[in-house]
Amino acid sequence: MHMSELSFAYYPGCSGLGTSKEYERSTRAVCKALFVKLVDVPDWSCCGSTPAHTVDHVLSAALSARNLAKVEAMSHETVLTPCPSCLTNLRTANHRMEKPEFRERANKLLDAPFKGAVEAKSILQALREDVGLKMIAASTIKPLKGLKVAPYYGCIMNRPPELMKFDDSENPMAMDDILTAMGAEVVPFPLKTECCGGSFGVARRDVVAELSGRLLSVAKRAGAEAMVTACPLCQMNLDLRQGQAASAKQETFDFPVFYFTQLMGLALGVSEAELGFDKLCVSPGRVLDAIAAAGRVAERESTPGSQA
Amino acid sequence: MKIGVFVCHCGSNIEGTVDTAAVARTAMDFPSVAYAEDVMYSCSEPGQDSIINAVREKGLDGVVVASCTPRMHEPTFRRAVERAGLNRYMLEMANIREHVSWIGKDREANTNKAADLVRIAVEKLRRNRPLTPKSFDITRRVMVIGGGVAGIQAALDCADGGIEVVLVEKTSSIGGKMSKLDKTFPTVDCSSCILGPKMVDVVQHPKITLYAYAEVEEISGYVGNFDVKIRKKASYVDWSKCTGCGLCLEKCPSKKSMDYFNEGLGTAPAINIPFPQAIPKKAVIDAGFCRQFIKGKCGVCAKVCPSGAIDYSQQDEIVEEKIGAVVAATGYDLFDISKYGEYGGGRYPDVITSLQYERLLSASGPTGGHIKRPSDGKEPKTVVFVQCVGSRDKSVDRPYCSGFCCMYTAKQAILTKDHIPDSQSYVFYMDIRAPGKLYDEFTRRAMEEYGARYVRGRVAMIYPKGDKWVVRGADTLMGTQMEVEADLVVLAAGAEAAVGSPQLAEKLRISYDKYGYFMESHPKLRPVETNTAGVYLAGCAQGPKDIPQSVGQGSAAAAKVLGLFSKEKLESDPQISQVNLTRCVGCGKCEITCPFGAIHMIDFRGQPKAEVIETVCQGCGICTVTCPQGAVQLEHFTDNQILAEVEALCQF
Amino acid sequence: MDVVNMNASYDADFVAKVQEESEQNLSLCYQCGNCTAGCPLNFVYDIPVSQIMRLAQAGQKEKILRSHSMWLCATCESCTTRCPNDIDVARVMDVLRHMARREGYVSEKAVKTFWDSFLDSVRKHGRVFEMGLVVNYVLKTGRVWTDMDLAPKLMPKGKLSLTPHPIKGTEEMEKIFKRFEEQGGCI
Repeated sequence: MHMSELSFAYYPGCSGLGTSKEYERSTRAVCKALFVKLVDVPDWSCCGSTPAHTVDHVLSAALSARNLAKVEAMSHETVLTPCPSCLTNLRTANHRMEKPEFRERANKLLDAPFKGAVEAKSILQALREDVGLKMIAASTIKPLKGLKVAPYYGCIMNRPPELMKFDDSENPMAMDDILTAMGAEVVPFPLKTECCGGSFGVARRDVVAELSGRLLSVAKRAGAEAMVTACPLCQMNLDLRQGQAASAKQETFDFPVFYFTQLMGLALGVSEAELGFDKLCVSPGRVLDAIAAAGRVAERESTPGSQA
Repeated sequence: MKIGVFVCHCGSNIEGTVDTAAVARTAMDFPSVAYAEDVMYSCSEPGQDSIINAVREKGLDGVVVASCTPRMHEPTFRRAVERAGLNRYMLEMANIREHVSWIGKDREANTNKAADLVRIAVEKLRRNRPLTPKSFDITRRVMVIGGGVAGIQAALDCADGGIEVVLVEKTSSIGGKMSKLDKTFPTVDCSSCILGPKMVDVVQHPKITLYAYAEVEEISGYVGNFDVKIRKKASYVDWSKCTGCGLCLEKCPSKKSMDYFNEGLGTAPAINIPFPQAIPKKAVIDAGFCRQFIKGKCGVCAKVCPSGAIDYSQQDEIVEEKIGAVVAATGYDLFDISKYGEYGGGRYPDVITSLQYERLLSASGPTGGHIKRPSDGKEPKTVVFVQCVGSRDKSVDRPYCSGFCCMYTAKQAILTKDHIPDSQSYVFYMDIRAPGKLYDEFTRRAMEEYGARYVRGRVAMIYPKGDKWVVRGADTLMGTQMEVEADLVVLAAGAEAAVGSPQLAEKLRISYDKYGYFMESHPKLRPVETNTAGVYLAGCAQGPKDIPQSVGQGSAAAAKVLGLFSKEKLESDPQISQVNLTRCVGCGKCEITCPFGAIHMIDFRGQPKAEVIETVCQGCGICTVTCPQGAVQLEHFTDNQILAEVEALCQF
Repeated sequence: MDVVNMNASYDADFVAKVQEESEQNLSLCYQCGNCTAGCPLNFVYDIPVSQIMRLAQAGQKEKILRSHSMWLCATCESCTTRCPNDIDVARVMDVLRHMARREGYVSEKAVKTFWDSFLDSVRKHGRVFEMGLVVNYVLKTGRVWTDMDLAPKLMPKGKLSLTPHPIKGTEEMEKIFKRFEEQGGCI
């Protein structure tokens, strides 16, 4: 029994086509399972991410506004995106273009001008606030018991608070709440919003190795067996570059780094193939086995007459 | 009428943008003006003398002074005019400083406007009539609200000055925040040792009536004649029988009560005496934690009390007192550190406030004076002090400096070394504010003799590492990040107005600023008075300050009260409403609209008529606007007087 | 270390420009160091961010634009979030980066090249073609061994496409960049 279907415009972001394919897939699967309809922005283009705003703020706004104008044309007021970088660019463009003078300068670069207000939200926020914990808990078929995970939010999804307006900017709890509601053990992680190194992986891999290495190190020390993220770049730095981080820190990690939608999908009963676990670089096998084992124990204990 | 006009230069303050001589010349053409001159400083002695001389020599019967705002010097000029032999209300002021010379630089426009303002003042003065204040009796008793060191000092000075004092304290013991301190800077005196004797003096003084565990419920009246209702909160212990022996605390089975005195560190029994030197030393039951109240069964304290003082059926009691003046000395509370999510205040057990640390240092505290980490009870070896948590910070709406934290942090660093000789303290600061006598020397001692390592830079975040806490700050003088692995972190939480200040201010009808601190009449010259006659301020209620300043203000407020009471009678302000009985039709609208309840209906020869209670009327004028007949008029601001001003202005 | 002669070296135009473009009032900064304290990238900076702010306050244009720090700022917003004076420090760093680029001060060439290659890809295809971006970067920097160890991890999982997926509106994308350049924009 579900409430009336939620429907949002959806902006997937460039990484979803390549390096964060599994995030894209699991996001769609989870939204489907929770009756959240995603309407893709037609012919969406790159928001410019970090590179654009380091060059010029008007250019950056224009690249985002091209998509915001499309959302307007879709008669939607809210667009969801799984990527925090896309999110901050879309929100910043929307915010800065409230000022007529800036709006004019940005619109001058575009064929189709952006007129008004479109709110961009993260998938995480929509699931946490619009769907809600009650429904998420009720829809959980395979609880995530046996999973000891450190939640890592990344630096820009909740900051600065005046712009992003979601969750606590020093100690966000959205993923903690969702995963706990779905049965996982969420380990207190003190570096939830500390930068992983962002887009410096290619040009300055030492930066990512050090920063991501530190995150992995602290997560391990906190007793977690895996990490969970909500950002394609964070996930890539912590997973794909885990080897580089390990060398920099002189430690071994062997830590699977999930996207939160993969874990949610698992708990909602979505097939593993659809969730793209095989696309993770550090194998999640051990952790998934532990979840499955705990699930079998729970099943046994809840079956009547099983104690005989 | 023969009016004299005096246009003040105020040095270059007015003369810089207004041609005062020209204004005076123009004024000579106004009706009834017999004399006009421009004066250098009209408020100075020669200035006032020239006004008085002119009145006497030229036979003037009214004076217009064109100068600063009446809020500055109206009383000054009224007294001058009175010395000259006129009624003090035959004076009008034209504000040609705040309203003219301080606004713009166009000399011609300013001079014209100044002349207009003088014209209006002259027209009003032509319709003024002499007014005589009435005198009334004073109740020579003062109520001091707040039993902290400022309130205690005010109470003692008033009582020693021969007047009766009613001291109302919210918690069950006087002493305030000072009683929570271990030692005080810069002398490192034991706080309760120096405060104790004063507290005893209060409770033993024949002229002081102490209501502890009580709050002001309601206050009505006016200066010299206030009626107060005080709510004595139910402690469920008959204090006339309680000897403070403490047996009940020992035997109480419910040990999980919130320990307010120890700032939430550790717990207390549900029946408690806050600290050993408490005055009055009487027990109080916290009904929120008491098993008798929650579950309906226990009664252990009632059984063991040797004096049979427990009374579970006790109710709040309202006591009425008549007083003539009030001293508000309600103190401060600390900023809520949980607002700094990056420090983990409230989440991390070993990140505590300065006041909580003070309780750990104190021998009467929850750890018997041994510094122990709240998390595991171990003695810390590395203690990090973080300054400016909730002070000098616009982003949490606390831009002001709390004034005493630099000093108490230095003190705490020194005491830490005394308690734990092999400890190392760090202090992250932005600036060191040590303005008092021997203060800077004291902070230098902490660094030079006690080995405290001071690091200039704020702290960005605190996070756990094993059983330690990594404090990540900056050393801006070296230009680096600076991390310290601490066993215990003490946050110098900023001061805030005491909880409940705005509500009390509204009862007392005094102003408060956006932070809840009570407003003084003038920040420089009148720090302990308010704009409400008869209500004075002392201590941190007026703004954050240290103990010597609080004590100083307590004495200052007492001096004001004694000065007020030294008069035989007080004069009422004649600028109040009066009812013209022939015009009044008894509709009663004024009675309803008066915000002060200063108008009541009386029976005048069988007809209802309105009557103003002269001592309550504040002269706001709302009744005059309400009256459809124009029967109620505000003396010195009658309809005719105001209309004359308007007509004078709207000539062109 | 030379004496800084404020009469001679204070560049008022620079200060005005920084304040105008970032919409921040530099005099609000009281040099508390909170930004430096929380900056995760500080370990690779040559000048810590609070000192960049101080140099900006003191109008020391040359020193700032020659530094490496702004190029290594990840815009992680730690500084902006925690500044007690509500200064958007990350935005000031971004603006300084804009100025450095416009005036030709590039102290971290590889970083700039990566960002330029990214934008080239967006300009051409409308969406980032990750393989093309890396190839472009390698060609421009000569760093042939870049992330060689990672390609074998990505390719078998189908996470690195060998061909771009251009959008339909590639013409519009080109127009955006072209108009930007025509109006004086500098990439």
